[in-house]
Formats: sequence, structure tokens, C-alpha cells
Amino acid sequence: MSAPSRTLATDILEATGINPATCYQCGKCSAGCPMASESDLRPHNVMRLVVQDRREAALSEQSIWLCLTCETCSARCPNACDPARVIDAVREMSIEAEVADMPRNVAAFHRAFLEQIRTNGRLHEMGMVMEYKLRSGDLMKDVINAPGMLSRGKLSFRAERIEGVAEIKRIFEKCGVTP
Amino acid sequence: MTDVAYYPGCSLHGTSREFDESLRAVAAELGIGLTEIADWSCCGASSGHTTDHLLGVALPARNLALAEAQGFDTVLAPCAACYNRLSAARLAIATEDGLAEQMPDILGHPFANSVDVHNAVELLRDASVTIEEKVAATLAPNPLEGVKLAAYYGCLLVRPFEVCGYDDPEQPTSMDEVIDACGADDVDWDMKVECCGGAFSVSRTASVLRLGRAIIDNARSHGAEAIIVACPLCHSNLDLRQKAMAQRGEEPMPILFVTQMVGLALGLAPVDLGLGRHFVDTEPLIARLVQQAAKRVAAEKLAKEEAAAKAAARAEKQKVGVAAGTSGAEGGEAQ
Ligand code: SF4
Ligand code: SF4
Ligand code: SF4
Ligand code: SF4
Repeated sequence: MSAPSRTLATDILEATGINPATCYQCGKCSAGCPMASESDLRPHNVMRLVVQDRREAALSEQSIWLCLTCETCSARCPNACDPARVIDAVREMSIEAEVADMPRNVAAFHRAFLEQIRTNGRLHEMGMVMEYKLRSGDLMKDVINAPGMLSRGKLSFRAERIEGVAEIKRIFEKCGVTP
Repeated sequence: MTDVAYYPGCSLHGTSREFDESLRAVAAELGIGLTEIADWSCCGASSGHTTDHLLGVALPARNLALAEAQGFDTVLAPCAACYNRLSAARLAIATEDGLAEQMPDILGHPFANSVDVHNAVELLRDASVTIEEKVAATLAPNPLEGVKLAAYYGCLLVRPFEVCGYDDPEQPTSMDEVIDACGADDVDWDMKVECCGGAFSVSRTASVLRLGRAIIDNARSHGAEAIIVACPLCHSNLDLRQKAMAQRGEEPMPILFVTQMVGLALGLAPVDLGLGRHFVDTEPLIARLVQQAAKRVAAEKLAKEEAAAKAAARAEKQKVGVAAGTSGAEGGEAQ
């Protein structure tokens, strides 16, 4: 999409208003990242890839899918580099460039969720679980403790459906999103 | 009487109905009027804005527009995730070029972006003087008096600061203030704003268990008897998954919604606060606290009676002294 002469950092600056080049690699973001111990690249490493303009490496990096979007890194960055937003932007580019190696279950989760909203206007947890199982292909996974939830009155078989479902469909259409 | 538009969100209508039950019960006690927004819809949570920025703004905005049309200036969103999404949409529409103009067409409704968004902790903190007075006026002994409780804020109540901004993102105090207003003792601990891995609760459970265990262990090692939360996602991660986290021989850590805590201090029945709906049984803790409180009140009563009896005996002696003509300085004042 972007001209080859443009750097990854410029693209991100344009999309988010954040200039990744101001990151001075202090590592404070990574010190507080809850996923640091499970990721090959920690937030400051991703910042580095971006600044070094290693587009392909950044867009196909698995660690960007391990980010919880908890915003801890951005809250603690002493230089307002907003690494959470930068990683978010890298993920978006990764999907757009279709190098996207979005883990199947993460994608399945979002799709299942949005489909629930588009059809009912509200989330129906039981329906959501079924939808997720189908989309992720993980039919046997015990995603939630359904029997325990039922006995505690936490799950219902009936979906709540709002009056304004047409308005919700309109919102999805206007935003150009089809789950 | 404060009157606010109530946005329950999907969780409070489903897996976390005890948050809804306890909120309604407590609001009624505190004289806060809650009117559920008619025909509210889901805010899209993280799936909305992860998929598309505009969708992530428009889905919450529909609800703000409904509240506005229904005549409100404040929306209460108790679920921290909803609170975060509604607040983020409000901010984006106020600050990003072109969004405000686009909204009426996308929503099919006029929209002035005129309502404020509050969370339940904010609401209770602002009512903390009333809570204190009501707790003091409650006849039943307060089961929470002096009990150590850990306030867990997680991510979405406090971050990003630009979006939330009602409390400090690193050292928040609002929930601790509510704990204090209930007569309990807020624990000073390390994991108040640590992430529990909520985004992966379904897709990557192992991470959630690792993060949740660290949070519960830290609260325990600082002496907390329960963890107080204000988010259905934090609650289910710490409550529902706790069995899988626990090491052998560990006491389970009850996880209570902030509204359930206030309800207990106000003397409401656990069943009316939905305390029976948790996975970690809250019954043993509550039974112990109620017993402890009864004992404390009985001991206080006894001490008072003893003091009164002593005072009476002293007065009696002085009377006798006066009568016998051996009065001292104070004895002389007695008739
Ligand atoms: S993003 Fe901020 S916190 Fe992280 S390394 Fe760069 S300057 Fe430091
Ligand atoms: S937002 Fe992502 S990268 Fe930043 S601290 Fe949280 S998990 Fe780590
Ligand atoms: S945050 Fe969750 S519970 Fe709240 S409305 Fe959105 S999806 Fe539903
Ligand atoms: S559920 Fe966990 S991840 Fe989500 S806001 Fe609460 S603390 Fe953060």
C-alpha cells in the first residue's frame, strides 16, 4: 500500500501521530510488560525493529500477537512513545499486508464476538462460545466452565436481542466491516 | 438523589449478574437512581476497535447517543471494559478530526457527544461520605470492620490516563477510599494495576493462569482476606480460573465486586448481593467475618457495661463517703 521509499516509522507516524524514532531504548516499557516472559521480542525490541525500518520482520513477528493491549508500557514510557499504540499499528499493517499470521484462535475470537453483536446487538455468551469453537476449529476446548456457569445462573440459552438490530447492521455497513 | 443513565453491558446481563444485582441493591440504599438505557447495545469491547477504529468508536457511541436522547448527562458503566470503550469513544469523537461530523450518519441519530461517562468505583468514591454515615447507622455489626482487603484496579479502569483520568494510573486510591468508607482496611500491595491477561481469557489460558496466580499470591502475602474488583473480566479471570491456579493446600481467595463489599458493610443479605454465584465460595469468609463482628460488638458492649458499672460503683462509694462525712474534693461536689 505504501510507496517503497517510505519507512515503517513514517507510516506509523502518519497513521498514529506517534514518532517511534523518539524511542531511546531505555526498556522501561518491557520491564512492566506482563507478556515479556512469553515473547521473543519485548515492546522495546519491537520499537527497535520499527525504527530500523525492518518492515518484513516487524509485520511477521509473532510477538505482536502476544500483546494484551494492557497499556502498561505506554503508561510507563518516560518519553511518550506509546509502544502499545505502535504495536497496534504494526498489527493493523500486518493484517492489511496479508503477511498476517494472526494466530487462528485470536482471529476466530474477534470474528465470533462481532458476529454476535451484528446479529443480536448484544453479546450472547453461549452463542459466542459455539461460534468461537466453530471458527477456531477447536471444538473440544473447554473455553469456559459452562456447567458451573449454568448452575450459578451466569449463562442462559436465550440470546437477548435489541429492537434496533437494523441500526447495528447499519453501523457495521457504514464502517465497512463484515465479520 | 443523583440520577444516572445505567449502561449494564453484556457481562452484567450475563456472566456477572451479581455485579448488576449488588449495584442495584447498593444504589437503592445510597439514594442513587439508575435508569437502564433503553435498547442499549454492546460496546464492541476490544474486538470492535481491534478490528476497525471507526467501528470501535461507533458501537459505544450509539449508547451515548441513546442516553443523550433519553435526557441524561451522565452514563454509569460499571464494567471496566465498557467504561473504557465508552470513554475512549467520547474522547475520540471530541478530539479526532471529522469523527463528530460522521457520527449522526453512521448512527442514524443526532448526536452531540454531551454525556459524561463514570465507572462504579468513581460513583461509590463520590458517595463515600454517605456510605460511612449509612454504615455507622446500620444496626447489624459491620462484618468488614478492620478486615484487610486488596483493591484490584487492573488495566481498564485506569489506563490509558487520557481516556480514564478519574484516578492516578500507577497509584490509584479511589477503590481504597471506598474500602475505608466501609470500615475495612485497604492493603498496601504491589499488583493493583497489573494486567491479569484478560484479553487472552479464552484464547491463551496458560498466560491468564500465570498472571492471575501472581496477583492472588501478592494479595495473600500482604495479608488480604479478599480481593475487591470492579470489572467482570477481572472477576471471572481471578474467580472462575482460581481452581486451576491454586497450589495444593492454599486457602482459596474470595474475589468480591466493590458493590458486594459496600452491600455487606450496609448490612444487606449476601443472597441479595449475588454472593452465591461465585466459583470461590464466599460463604466461609462471610460467616467468619459475621461471627467476628458479633464477638467484637459483644465484647465492646461488655466493656461498656463494665465501665458503666465501675462508674456507678464509684459514684455509689462517693455517696457513701459524703454520707459518712469523709468526702474528698470531688466528693464534696456530690449532693
Ligand atoms: S518505548 Fe519508551 S519506555 Fe520503551 S524503550 Fe522506548 S523510550 Fe523506553
Ligand atoms: S500493551 Fe502489550 S506490549 Fe504493552 S505492556 Fe501490555 S502486553 Fe506488553
Ligand atoms: S465491554 Fe464487554 S460486556 Fe461491556 S458491553 Fe462491551 S462487550 Fe459487552
Ligand atoms: S480483565 Fe484483566 S486484562 Fe482486562 S482489564 Fe481487568 S485486569 Fe486488565
